[in-house]
Amino acid sequence: MEVLGHFNYWVVVVLMMIGFYALIARGNLIKKIVGLNIFQASVFLLFITLGKVTGGSAPIIAEGITVYSNPLPHVLILTAIVVGVATTALGLALVVRIHESYSTIEENEIADMDREP
Amino acid sequence: MILAIDIVLLVLLAVVGIAIIRLRNLFAVVMLSGIYSLLMACIFVLLDAVDVAFTEAAVGAGISTVLMLGVLALTKNREKIPVTTPLLPLVTVLVTGGLLIYGTWDLPAFGDPNAPIHLHVAPAYLAEGEHETGAPNIVTAVLASYRGYDTLGEVTVIFTAGIGVLLLLSGGLGRRRRDPDEPNSGGGGAS
Repeated sequence: MEVLGHFNYWVVVVLMMIGFYALIARGNLIKKIVGLNIFQASVFLLFITLGKVTGGSAPIIAEGITVYSNPLPHVLILTAIVVGVATTALGLALVVRIHESYSTIEENEIADMDREP
Repeated sequence: MILAIDIVLLVLLAVVGIAIIRLRNLFAVVMLSGIYSLLMACIFVLLDAVDVAFTEAAVGAGISTVLMLGVLALTKNREKIPVTTPLLPLVTVLVTGGLLIYGTWDLPAFGDPNAPIHLHVAPAYLAEGEHETGAPNIVTAVLASYRGYDTLGEVTVIFTAGIGVLLLLSGGLGRRRRDPDEPNSGGGGAS
């Protein structure tokens, strides 16, 4: 149990790094946005993991239940999910706009076109 | 048992994440990102965050996937093989990951009821929330009543993002209307 006590956190870090890698190593703009989403979701998982109490139940008050998980991370993450989808929508709109102007969504091709006189 | 399901789902998440990086077909990438969100929603249910799981399944697996599919229809759905070597990003990622894992040693063990986060504020909401707001679901009580102004701020963010999307896309349409002869690869009027 002592080793498993931090297993969730390690998976969160691995997921964060997968998203981070997709964001900085891939030149495709849609792949970058998917990477950003992976990173975001891993942060959500970190917060929800911190809110869990062993043997606890969902924070809805009911008869006969005494231990509840912490509701505050849930509230924070609910807000963050919705803000996250707003960011995604704005990023995707930018991708559509870039594709209209450059006819490509590969970062290096866009940079090459910008360098040409 | 719950721990076993938790571990299986977390490993699946990591596998899906690696598959997303390796695949070049963007349609498959978008579908996998939907699966990723759905797996994430399952884990949220296991971790007692039912409200978050609903939202993640609806918004993360639903709306995000639909938005991305729409963008794929307007752009290209094949990623080109990159010309640069991914060595520098790989080193950056490994160093950052190592530092973050080093940072997790100070975090309380998973599910520890005596962790600092569980000792302040939250017990007060759990004890008084239903009595003060009338909502048995404490997440709803905090979101809509105690922290109602934060939710208002969230709505402002969505409104701003909506204006941004409209400005970006309608500008493109206006440009297209001015040059009707300009050849346009599949970007016509769908937005």
